[in-house]
Amino acid sequence: MAKSKKLTGADIFFESLKRENVEIVFGYPGGATLKIYEKLYDIDFLKHILVRHEQGATHMAEGYAKATGKVGVVLVTSGPGATNTVTGIADAYMDSVPIVVFTGQVPTHLIGNDAFQEADIIGITRPITKHSFLVRDVNELAPTIRKAFYIAASGRPGPVVVDLPKDMINSECDYEFSETIFIRGYKPNYNGHLNQIRKAAKIIAGAKKPLLYVGGGVIMSDSAPELTAFAREYNLPVTMTLLGLGAIPGTDKLSMGMLGMHGTYWSNQAVNNCDVLVSLGARFDDRVTGKVETFAAKAYKIHVDIDPTAIDKNVLVDLPIVGDVKKVLEELKSAMPAAPQIDDWWEKINAWKEECPLEYDMSDGRLRAQYILERLSDLTEGNALIVSDVGQHQMLIAQYYKFNNPRSLLNSGGLGTMGFSLPAAIGASFGVKDKQIISISGDGGFQMNMQELITAVANKVPVKFIVINNSFLGMVRQWQELFHAEKYSFTDLGSSNPDFVKIGEALGIPSWSTDKIDEVDTLLEKVLDINDGPSLLEFKVVKEEMVFPMVPSGGSISDMILERLNPKRMV
Amino acid sequence: MKHTISLLVENSFGAFDRVATMFSAKGFNLHSITIGETEIRDISRMTIVTSGDDQIIGQVVKQLNRLIDTVKVYDLTKNDRTERELALITVLYQKGVLEELKNINDIFRGKVVDINNKSITLEITGPPAKINAAVNVLLPYGIKEMARSGTVALRRGEQIKQPKKELESTKV
Ligand SMILES: Cc1ncc(C[n+]2csc(CCOP(=O)(O)OP(=O)(O)O)c2C)c(N)n1
Repeated sequence: MAKSKKLTGADIFFESLKRENVEIVFGYPGGATLKIYEKLYDIDFLKHILVRHEQGATHMAEGYAKATGKVGVVLVTSGPGATNTVTGIADAYMDSVPIVVFTGQVPTHLIGNDAFQEADIIGITRPITKHSFLVRDVNELAPTIRKAFYIAASGRPGPVVVDLPKDMINSECDYEFSETIFIRGYKPNYNGHLNQIRKAAKIIAGAKKPLLYVGGGVIMSDSAPELTAFAREYNLPVTMTLLGLGAIPGTDKLSMGMLGMHGTYWSNQAVNNCDVLVSLGARFDDRVTGKVETFAAKAYKIHVDIDPTAIDKNVLVDLPIVGDVKKVLEELKSAMPAAPQIDDWWEKINAWKEECPLEYDMSDGRLRAQYILERLSDLTEGNALIVSDVGQHQMLIAQYYKFNNPRSLLNSGGLGTMGFSLPAAIGASFGVKDKQIISISGDGGFQMNMQELITAVANKVPVKFIVINNSFLGMVRQWQELFHAEKYSFTDLGSSNPDFVKIGEALGIPSWSTDKIDEVDTLLEKVLDINDGPSLLEFKVVKEEMVFPMVPSGGSISDMILERLNPKRMV
Repeated sequence: MKHTISLLVENSFGAFDRVATMFSAKGFNLHSITIGETEIRDISRMTIVTSGDDQIIGQVVKQLNRLIDTVKVYDLTKNDRTERELALITVLYQKGVLEELKNINDIFRGKVVDINNKSITLEITGPPAKINAAVNVLLPYGIKEMARSGTVALRRGEQIKQPKKELESTKV
């Protein structure tokens, strides 16, 4: 039962974290949070990771949360400490990542006075949080933290900001922890409507050309086993979004790989031609659909999502089912009256696969990212935890790494945040001990949060940092070549790129670099063997490599570009 | 098409801001928005007038529901409802038209709430269409200043079946 004693806000803060089973906090101290850090000095039930920039802290918390399914926790000071977290919060909002960000705030009586290090972080983050709280009464602190964790992790997960004025942290109150708290306006719906599910089962059973379109919801609700079982039982083709990869093993014959802008030819053809499209935990993002009018235009669309707002947002669907995809899949499986007869459909899909497989040309003897990723996929047998950054290499990872398990590709899908990979991989490493953790960035994105290499060294995290250096902001360069008159405006990093090996060595990180195809395996094996701290590997690859296939932004499948039209552009 | 949406929100810090921010963040139309106390402590009622096709209105309602501080959302448009707005309208008048203005006021069942030798202020209450009509009639006389409250609305009583059910809490 609840017992009452006098505690400071800082004590209550830690007591609450303990009750939420928080084992790690990513943070950076400052004036507004001094009292919390004073207490933290003597706390041993949790680990505090001192980051080097607060953006790093939010991405680490995201990496930890995405990899483990637990809530990631961030603790920063007011003003600049708080504003530095904004990108990570927006990223977590777009990809539905459960994190709780505690921000220090100036004392209550100074709020609104332009006090030193004051920023209205609640106002700034309002459109990019699932919810936020300003604590204005220390008695409210414990229930607020309880609510914050519940809201972050339940329903469609997302970031929650808790703003803690300095006087709330310092002042005392009679502390009573109540196990139950009340939120009137928040009732996530986990059980899908049974009649809708039965109707869906009937339609899938009668389909001639069904397709499962699987998104991040399947990963984060830990429904990959149910999805795989369902697909295998009925021999259904599965195409995945960037955040859905790993839902079914990439080597499974049912796996179609990714769909959308840089999706496989056969996935996009299947979307275009299917008669029943079953969307599971996906949200019809514009990078997936291209022109919405032509997306799966012939298909009866079933949409399963826990968030009612995802339904009919971008694409009008025929049969919505609001609920937890795990439960819905179980119900769906038992409601299936028969297996659909789809041998002809598979023949068609396999013909598309043969018509346009994923290909690259390395006959000139120069190194390509595709090759590196294929080798990495082989050497790790698709079992590594890959943390990608944003750009060409990200799309190539999605195409060439065969993910065996869910939660094994972490990346910034919705926001497309360069600089995500390096800190997110560090964050993930604190929660995942049984996988090789590999951060893969372009030379551009690597430089966006490179300061966190120091955090990696300080904590001896066994992350392998791989830089795919094409001397360009490659993905932007690709668009410039295709759509902007080949004006390579401010995308050439070549002459100003640092020596990545020297950077690693300056920090005491074992580091290597190569541009030779025949060194790829040896170097990859070398870093895969280093497990007592970080390692760094730079691959110098061809500058002008492109990612194909590509459906131009807002285009239809029929606009898909399969290869470079004018090969002479290759230098 | 215009829709009148009524919502019950927690009387908490930032609840109003969150609703307003959602409208601007999603690019939804916002014609008027009002907020005030209700019969329930800690709960406020907001009345929002917005517009859009069915898909957009569906999204508006769902997005409002999604906000944690929102306890209940009703799209009143399809319901039998009472809608009212209040306007204060100050008109500058020339000699000789004061009687005309008073007549207009009577026709709209308004009240004269302020008068001096240059201007007269009328208080007109009613459905928004009635206010629009009054404004149109008064415009030629020269409206000096006008304040409109925005629409408040309620379902008609017989439609309220379980009045407090929506106020049950989720236990965490
Ligand atoms: C923070 C941020 N700024 C800008 C962009 C726009 N952008 C998208 S991809 C890209 C190029 C990335 O270059 P690099 O990191 O070298 O990876 P590559 O595409 O070459 O693999 C840029 C600038 C972004 N996504 N994120």
